[in-house]
Amino acid sequence: MNSLNDFFENLDPETLDGHGPVAMKDLVEEDNKNVVGTYCVFTPYEVIRAADAIPVTLCSTSDATIEDGEEDLPRNLCPLIKSSYGFAITDKCPYFHFADIIVGETTCDGKKKMYEYLDDVTPVHVMNLPQSNDRDIDFEIWKDEVVLLKEKLEAKYDTEITKERLKEEIENKNKERQAIKNFYELGKLNPSPLYGTEIFKVINITNYTFDKEIAIDRINEISEEVLERYNNGDKRISEDAPRILITGCPMGQATEKVIKAIEDNGGSVVCLESCTGLKPNDQLVNEDIDPIEAITEKYLNTPCSCMSPNDNRVELLNRLVEEYQVDGVVDMILQACHTYNVESHRIKEELKEASNTPYINIETDYSQSDVGQLETRLTAFLEML
Amino acid sequence: MYYIGIDIGSTGAKGVLYKDDIICREIMPTGWKPKETGRNLYYKLLNDSNISEKDIENVVVTGYGRVAVDFADKVVTEITCHAKGGYYLNNSVRTIIDIGGQDSKVISLDSNGQVKDFIMNDKCAAGTGKFLEVTINSLGASLDEIDEITEGVEPVKINSMCTVFAESEIISLISAGKNKEEVAMGVINAIAEQGKNLLKKIKVKDIVLFTGGLAKSSVIKDTLSKKINENIITSRDSLYAGAIGAAVIASEL
Ligand code: SF4
Ligand code: SF4
Repeated sequence: MNSLNDFFENLDPETLDGHGPVAMKDLVEEDNKNVVGTYCVFTPYEVIRAADAIPVTLCSTSDATIEDGEEDLPRNLCPLIKSSYGFAITDKCPYFHFADIIVGETTCDGKKKMYEYLDDVTPVHVMNLPQSNDRDIDFEIWKDEVVLLKEKLEAKYDTEITKERLKEEIENKNKERQAIKNFYELGKLNPSPLYGTEIFKVINITNYTFDKEIAIDRINEISEEVLERYNNGDKRISEDAPRILITGCPMGQATEKVIKAIEDNGGSVVCLESCTGLKPNDQLVNEDIDPIEAITEKYLNTPCSCMSPNDNRVELLNRLVEEYQVDGVVDMILQACHTYNVESHRIKEELKEASNTPYINIETDYSQSDVGQLETRLTAFLEML
Repeated sequence: MYYIGIDIGSTGAKGVLYKDDIICREIMPTGWKPKETGRNLYYKLLNDSNISEKDIENVVVTGYGRVAVDFADKVVTEITCHAKGGYYLNNSVRTIIDIGGQDSKVISLDSNGQVKDFIMNDKCAAGTGKFLEVTINSLGASLDEIDEITEGVEPVKINSMCTVFAESEIISLISAGKNKEEVAMGVINAIAEQGKNLLKKIKVKDIVLFTGGLAKSSVIKDTLSKKINENIITSRDSLYAGAIGAAVIASEL
C-alpha cells in the first residue's frame, strides 16, 4: 500500500472529476447553468443553489493581478481585495468570467467600496450586513437581506425559490459541511495524520467541485483512506511537534507560505480556523425551523472580525484550542486588514486568560519576498513552545 | 570538549568558542557569501585558540545566514539565541532589546531564561543599524564618533523613519542651517523612539539588556532608557549575545 505522502501527492486537482474551471465551463455551456460569484462566507449559499445556480468563490489568493488592481485601487489596501479586483478587470479568473452576477456583503470598508467599481464589470448585488449580531434588530435586518437576495435571484433567473427547495439545499449543504468537518477533525488526533497543507488542499478541492455528490463522496473516501492508513501505523508527524492552529484572514495559494513555514520548521498545523478552512463549516444550518430564519441565523453568526463585538470568534478559538490540543496560535493577517489587525490584541489577551496559549500575529501579503522573515518569526515561535 | 556558536547577521558575523566560559570571540563582515563567512569564522576561532576540529563537540548557527551554513549540528533562530545569550550574560535579565543591522527585536524572558514572547520590527530598515549608518554617513560622520559628537546636544526632529526619505530630510535640515551634531542627535532620538514603540508592544520588565551592534553606543542606550523610564544595561559582550546563546545551546545538545 502506498504511503499517505504518496496518496496526497497523487491527489492532483487538475485530474479530478467535476472539479475546477473545466467543470464549470461544462456546467455553463452544456447544462446551461447560471453562475453566481461570491466573495465571503456570509453569502447564503443555499439561496443561490435553490435558484438552481452555481455559487463560486472568487476570493483571489494570488499576487498575479495586484498591479492591475492598483490601477484603480490604492496601494495600501488588503491584497485580497486588490487581487480579486485585478482578476475581475483583466478577465483572468475563469470563475469570474462565467459569473453573471456577484453577491457581496458590506463586510470591511475596502471590500464594500471595491464592489462599487466591480459593478461596472459584472453586476454586484450587495447585501447590507449588520456590524453586530447580538441584537434582535441585527437578525431582522439580515433576514430582510436574505429575502431581498432571494427575490433578486428569482427575478433574474425567472424562477421561484420555494421553501421546499431551500430545505433541500440546506440538507445538501449540511451534508457537505459535515463531510468537510469529518475530514478536518482528523486533525484532533495526536499526532495529527494530516499536514496543514493537505487539509488546505482537500478543503479547496471540495469547494471547487461543483457536483456536490462527487465532492462529498470524494472527501469521505479521503477521510476513510487517511484514517485507515493512520491506524495501520502510517504516522508521519512526530508526537513532539508543537500543534498549531492558524486563524485570521482567509488563506490562499499565496499565503500557503505561512503553513509551509510552520511545517518546514517542525510544527504541525492541526487546525485552519479561517474562512478558507473551518469557519464556514463549524455550524450547520438548523433543519428544523423556517429555512429563511435558519439561514439568517447561521450566516449572521459567522465569527468574522468585521463584527463588533466579535465574541463568537473568541469562543470558537477557545473551544478549538481545547479540542485540538493546540500548543500555539498563529494569526495570519493580511496587510491593511484593519479589522483583523485591531482584533489581534484582544485575541492574544483572551487566549492568555483562558488557557495561557501562546499567540503570534504574522502580517503578510501575497508576495513571496517575506518568506525568510516569516520563517524566522515562526521558527522562533515554535522554539518558544 | 569545546562548543561553537556562530551568529551570521546581515552585516556582521560573530563567533564564540565556549567551554564553561567564553574562550574566544571573533567578528567579521558577513559579505555576500554567508556560507563561506561562516566557515572562515569557524576556522578563525580554532586557529586563534589553538585547538583542532576534533575538540569541537557541537556547533550551533543562528542569524539570518543560518540556513546557508552546512556544518551546523543545529540551526536555531536568533530570537532563541539572543534570549539564551542575554540570560547567560546576566540571569536577572527579563527583557532584551536587540537592534541589529536590518531588524530589531524585543524579547521577553521568564525567570528561567525561556522566551515568553517576542516581537520583531517590520520589513523595512527603519530604526535599525542600517538606518543609522546611512543617515550618519550622509552627515559626513562615522558610527564610531556618534557618542562623542552628540554629547549634550539637543536633537532636531526627524520625521521620516524610512531610510530613503530620512536621507533627503537630513540634507534639507543641513541646508536650512542645522548643524551636524543636532541632526545626528535627531537621528538617534528617532531610533530610540522606534525602539520604544517596539518595547511598548511587550510588557517591559526589569532588567532590560541592550544587545546588537548599536549597544556599544552609550548615547543610544541613554536616550532609550530615558524614553522608557527603565534602566537599560549593556554588556561588553552585547554584540556577541546571539553567538554566545548559540554556543550555550551547543553545550546543552
Ligand atoms: S474574513 Fe470576514 S469578510 Fe473576509 S471572507 Fe471571511 S467572513 Fe468574509
Ligand atoms: S482580509 Fe480583511 S481587509 Fe481583506 S477583505 Fe477580508 S476583512 Fe477585508
